[in-house]
Amino acid sequence: MNQDDIKDSDIDIVIGALQPDLTSFLNEWRPVFSRFHLIIVKDPDLKEQLNIPEGFDHHVYTKPDIEKAVGASSTILFSGYSCRYFGYLVSKKKYIISIDDDCLPARDNEGNLVDPVAQHITNLTTPATPFFFNTLYDPFRVGADFVRGYPFSLRSGVTCALSCGLWLNLADYDAPTQALKPQQRNSQYVDLIMTVPARALLPVSGINIAFEREMVGPALFPALRLAREGKLRWETIEDIWSGMCAKVICDHLGLGVKTGLPYVWRSDKGDPIESLKKEWQGVKLMEEVVPFFQSVRLPRTATTTEDCVAEMAKSVRERLGSVDPVFNHAADAMLQWVKLWKSVGSGSSTPGGA
Amino acid sequence: MAPLESATAAETAAVPKGAPQLKDELDIVIPTIRNLDFLEMWRPFFEPYHLIIVQDGDPSKTIKVPDGFDYELYNRNDINRILGPKASCISFKDSACRCFGYMVSKKKYIFTIDDDCFVAKDPSGKPHNALEQHIKNLLSPSTPFFFNTLYDPFREGADFVRGYPFSLREGVPTAVSHGLWLNIPDYDAPTQLVKPLEKNTRFVDMVLTIPKGTLFPMCGMNLAFDRELIGPAMYFGLMGDGQPIGRYDDMWAGWCTKVICDHLGLGVKTGLPYIFHSKASNPFVNLKKEYKGIFWQEEIIPFFQAVSLPKECTSVQKCYIELSKLVKEKLSKVDPYFDNLADAMVTWIEAWDELNQPGASAEADGKAK
Repeated sequence: MNQDDIKDSDIDIVIGALQPDLTSFLNEWRPVFSRFHLIIVKDPDLKEQLNIPEGFDHHVYTKPDIEKAVGASSTILFSGYSCRYFGYLVSKKKYIISIDDDCLPARDNEGNLVDPVAQHITNLTTPATPFFFNTLYDPFRVGADFVRGYPFSLRSGVTCALSCGLWLNLADYDAPTQALKPQQRNSQYVDLIMTVPARALLPVSGINIAFEREMVGPALFPALRLAREGKLRWETIEDIWSGMCAKVICDHLGLGVKTGLPYVWRSDKGDPIESLKKEWQGVKLMEEVVPFFQSVRLPRTATTTEDCVAEMAKSVRERLGSVDPVFNHAADAMLQWVKLWKSVGSGSSTPGGA
Repeated sequence: MAPLESATAAETAAVPKGAPQLKDELDIVIPTIRNLDFLEMWRPFFEPYHLIIVQDGDPSKTIKVPDGFDYELYNRNDINRILGPKASCISFKDSACRCFGYMVSKKKYIFTIDDDCFVAKDPSGKPHNALEQHIKNLLSPSTPFFFNTLYDPFREGADFVRGYPFSLREGVPTAVSHGLWLNIPDYDAPTQLVKPLEKNTRFVDMVLTIPKGTLFPMCGMNLAFDRELIGPAMYFGLMGDGQPIGRYDDMWAGWCTKVICDHLGLGVKTGLPYIFHSKASNPFVNLKKEYKGIFWQEEIIPFFQAVSLPKECTSVQKCYIELSKLVKEKLSKVDPYFDNLADAMVTWIEAWDELNQPGASAEADGKAK
């Protein structure tokens, strides 16, 4: 799809509200967000009323809405950072852009305000090139191209279904890393977009993300829940888990994943050492998770994203179920997600992700 | 933002310099057919290092090297004398001949650069020390098994992101550092013909490890590598005089090198440093050289993507010989050229091993200063 054909009404901006007062957040984002429809999902554990400033076309979903749609005793807990996935479920738009509620607009190296919505849409509407690495990065950027030695048959690329953005100031480090370097902030604005190569795995951070809803939505789910999951990104791993599932599925279906621009500016929040004091299950689980993802294979018969998720859930149960009960739970949640996607969601993906 | 221009000699001289790292462990290999005046622009960065100059073309021509550089020079007569019949693997009338320099070097590290490459400026206008950056890249680990979204985690100010497994954070040794180019980008002839004016103005301040299993087009214009880790894989093929193809020397070396690095658990980095590439070669001349390659690469890429080296191949040489067998078996049907190339790959390894036996001295006496 050509970027010029994209209308504002093709886009939903999904915000998971983990804090009640969204006034300063939304006012800072007003120049970028005010054109679009916002889906705001309130963390079911949040007791206070949400405070939303005037002038936004938005819909708020709260605990009663979630329970009505998925049932009160759902396997999937849409609490904390997982609340935004409910927004993915109820959206009917072609593209979803989701940004954490503690992020603000960033500035590029020239001091200009970054519009992450525009950049994510550019990423999603230009092809990705996962089968061969281009040393000048995204060849579809103005002023760049494919380099000498890039096979011509691979130059039309594939559809980009997932766009992973980055963060200035508080980077998405884990708690041990941030605790070890408490003053370290990310001040490097790297002017780059690139396709993550096929079969390369990456940690997909949910902080600043955009995707083609029908193609990737079924593969982004809140399935891997830590025993002591908390209200700080350091204390979660659900986005990392579903992001790796999504990458394997995109590789299988011939869809592209890009990373790099746009940046958002992430506010300082939380104390990594406090987070460290909680038993740090996420780090241990990643050691089991990566070899699994590196070797998982999806059958040729899985031609839709939903089918791929179901197959993935099967493999998770078979190969990781005995390692830790959290994986059995994740497999159940993945299957429930697919069911929810088909019943609550507004449409399933077309075969081959076309 | 700084205008797109190379740094002047004075600007480069004004950059405060620390002690030159790896001064006695790194050779700079430069292929040339003309005088090396360009070295004047690099003097503050290059002067502490030993140069190996590979003179292509007419051996009777004298190549002028600016005063003060310590170098050895080899022309075609030297190459023939030193390698005897094995000299057939070294290209003539093509910059692919530079790989002879890799073979005769006695150092651990090689940096190779073209003679139309100058000092670039970073976005703040400061002259960019390409050699220093290559050294940083080579001396810090690579991370090919899992992609870090903040790119090189060993850079100042960066780190591994949440979700990056701790068991993979030590990384692996870096075998190759692939640099980039501002101004004239490394485009193929068709792209040059369509976009004759396009310049690369984007200084992307970033280094990353190319993931395992991913191939890339390696450009020899601004390249450094650990000769002890990967040297024998850096054969630049049969190009130029008497050959049906040109401008695929570095590509060929890059595909072989990446497959072998992946097999041996070594890393390949790309990104910084930049050089300023001043000269755009003639696209019509380039098209004639490349055009067979444009067709052949459609077969070559799937070949390399499918290559699986047996676990008995535990050294670069063993990997390379195995590759040469696979090339003969699977690519000869594309063109008899690949049959010759496979033979030349074997000759190259034989010559490499002869010249690089422990205790063997190279019959050097190139015209050293």
